[in-house]
Amino acid sequence: MPPMNNPFRAHLNPALLRGLTRARRGGRPSPFGPTRRRTLQAGGAAAAALALSACGVGGQQRDTTADEDYWADKEETGTVRWANWPLYMDSDRTQLTQFTEATGIDVEYHEDVQETSSFFGQIQPKLANGDDLGYDMMTVTNGFEFTKLIELGYLVPLDHLQLPNFANYAGDLYKNSAFDPGNRYSVPYASGVTGIAYNPEFVDREIKSIADLWDPAFEGKVGMFGDPQEIANFGLLANGVFPSESNEADWEAAADKLREQRDAGIVRAYYDQDFIQPLTNGDLWLTMAWSGDIYQQNAEEGTDLRFIVPEEGATLWTDNLMIPFTSQAPVDALKLMDFLYEPEIATGLTEYINYVSPVPLTQEVMAEWAAGESDDERAEALLEMSESSLIFPTEDDYQNLHNYVTLETDDQDAFASIFQEITQS
Amino acid sequence: MRNRKATPYLLVLPAWAWLGMFFVVPIGGMLSLSLTTGNVVTGFQQTFEVGNYVDAVGTYWEQILRSLSYGACATLICIVVGYPMAYWIAFRAGPYKSAYLLLLLLPFFVSFVLRTISWRFLLADNGIVLQTLKSIGLAPADLQVLNSAPAVVLGLAYNFLPFMVLPIYAVLERMDHRIVEAAHDLYAGRVRAFTQVILPVSLPGVFAGVLMTFIPTSADYVNASVLGGADNIMIGNVIHTQYLVNNNYPIAASITFVLMGLLLLGIFGYARALGTERVMEVHA
Repeated sequence: MPPMNNPFRAHLNPALLRGLTRARRGGRPSPFGPTRRRTLQAGGAAAAALALSACGVGGQQRDTTADEDYWADKEETGTVRWANWPLYMDSDRTQLTQFTEATGIDVEYHEDVQETSSFFGQIQPKLANGDDLGYDMMTVTNGFEFTKLIELGYLVPLDHLQLPNFANYAGDLYKNSAFDPGNRYSVPYASGVTGIAYNPEFVDREIKSIADLWDPAFEGKVGMFGDPQEIANFGLLANGVFPSESNEADWEAAADKLREQRDAGIVRAYYDQDFIQPLTNGDLWLTMAWSGDIYQQNAEEGTDLRFIVPEEGATLWTDNLMIPFTSQAPVDALKLMDFLYEPEIATGLTEYINYVSPVPLTQEVMAEWAAGESDDERAEALLEMSESSLIFPTEDDYQNLHNYVTLETDDQDAFASIFQEITQS
Repeated sequence: MRNRKATPYLLVLPAWAWLGMFFVVPIGGMLSLSLTTGNVVTGFQQTFEVGNYVDAVGTYWEQILRSLSYGACATLICIVVGYPMAYWIAFRAGPYKSAYLLLLLLPFFVSFVLRTISWRFLLADNGIVLQTLKSIGLAPADLQVLNSAPAVVLGLAYNFLPFMVLPIYAVLERMDHRIVEAAHDLYAGRVRAFTQVILPVSLPGVFAGVLMTFIPTSADYVNASVLGGADNIMIGNVIHTQYLVNNNYPIAASITFVLMGLLLLGIFGYARALGTERVMEVHA
């Protein structure tokens, strides 16, 4: 089409464009058209008004003094909304159905937690505003965000009188953790180990230690986690320091150690959730890994990936259930929490998610189920699971598993920036 | 008849409200935020801390330069690959133009992230591309492409190619073909007709294409996080981390403004070099 006949020509008036982009050479301004000056004035005024109104973001800590009798006036509502990680319950939501049958309470289940930090980034502004999140209960891993949620006063103190199953069945290790003393705000949902996984198809020796992640023989084939705490823990353990007892000098030393590994070209990339596929197809030969992911991959895909707790030690993390203070159904949430601690229910969960249950009895129940199961395949799977140290770590394993360091917000920032210099450069 | 003067303003009001709501307000808020100090627990206080900008540039200049150079490389690839595509569709595709344009846009019907992730399978060390090249001896056995700078740049170029092709196509398609014939009548060969007639006329399209690829590719973070390795972090990833992982809003905001400033400078420099007048006029 010749340009002269283009009916759309008019929509961009060249004179206006020139007027907006270049200094006026004189001449009378059009009596009504938006001129460059007027245009800019309007924009400037709006920006100035905004700059005046938006002076900083106020202190966001919530006053929690009234929480003492939080539970006094709360009643069951019949529906509870839960935000959990994906693949953290079977797709039929068996345990939720069982819960509804037992209590008459409906559950709206949301797989909305993809990553703790970005989940926190999403909910924090709403909580600062006192808005309903759309969740009455949520699952958050212990770590910096968890500590911030408590510090900011965003969590409701749990009423342990309404959590009898937790009192009866939770293992000692899962009560009274360092990150939430006395389980004041949270109870564990599942735990896992951050250790090393390797693919024996490519690695022709047995991997035993964190030092193997520094072996130049694996140049470009080693994966590390990008999360500042996860990678820091391995740097610290490689230096023989327990993360929970570390101080700033230890962090610097660990960062140097990790920088050495990175600068030698040993690290292929820093991963989040996505290390399994590269490990399976040979892009990674060995990597930092979460125990349950490896177990699931082997069980479902028939791969032969190995997972080890290195000699230097590894870390144990816990995903915790908690109630935000804007919850619309705290009593229902509490009931659901307690229900998940019934040994039969906890066993059903473990059978699907393959992570460590806070209820030690699940091991026995699982073995019983295996013995009574008529379907051979499932019986075998259950038996294998009940004997796996990935799902039921032994006493020795626990000896070698360490906690994360718990820090105040200012220290968290220092900590994160030390380790992000490695993962983000 | 009452107050006819107000009519154009009323007509333009929705556009201004839109811009004000979704551009001026957030930009003003971000600017204000970039000058605060504090943390997410105690809140961020307005202290007009210009040091945030010094910190941002001092700490992340390397990632900023890397992003601009990845963006520039991806844009160049887009021009080299996209121009002939646009040319061919505009002049040679005949009645099938729409079909080819649809084909070009077809990948957009798949999510951006998924398209990028699928490159992981293509570029894996033992994936179809490298495995094939290695087995016929065209590549060394230990060659890695995934998690490297070329992987990120190729991913960027792939994802943003249509943004280069479409504006060039739009200009070429509506070009008056008689001026090419006139060039031939005046004894210009094919090469000369292209370099002296077609190319200059199509420059505004290239200019628009560069804007639409260079800006988003320089600020992209998906490609670097999916296809990049330990040394390929782009500034978009840093902003993402500062915002969502560290909740360090002031630093995230000041990096954003530094990047925006650099991109604007680059664009204005580029526009000046090309000659804004011509670019704007042919476009209009």
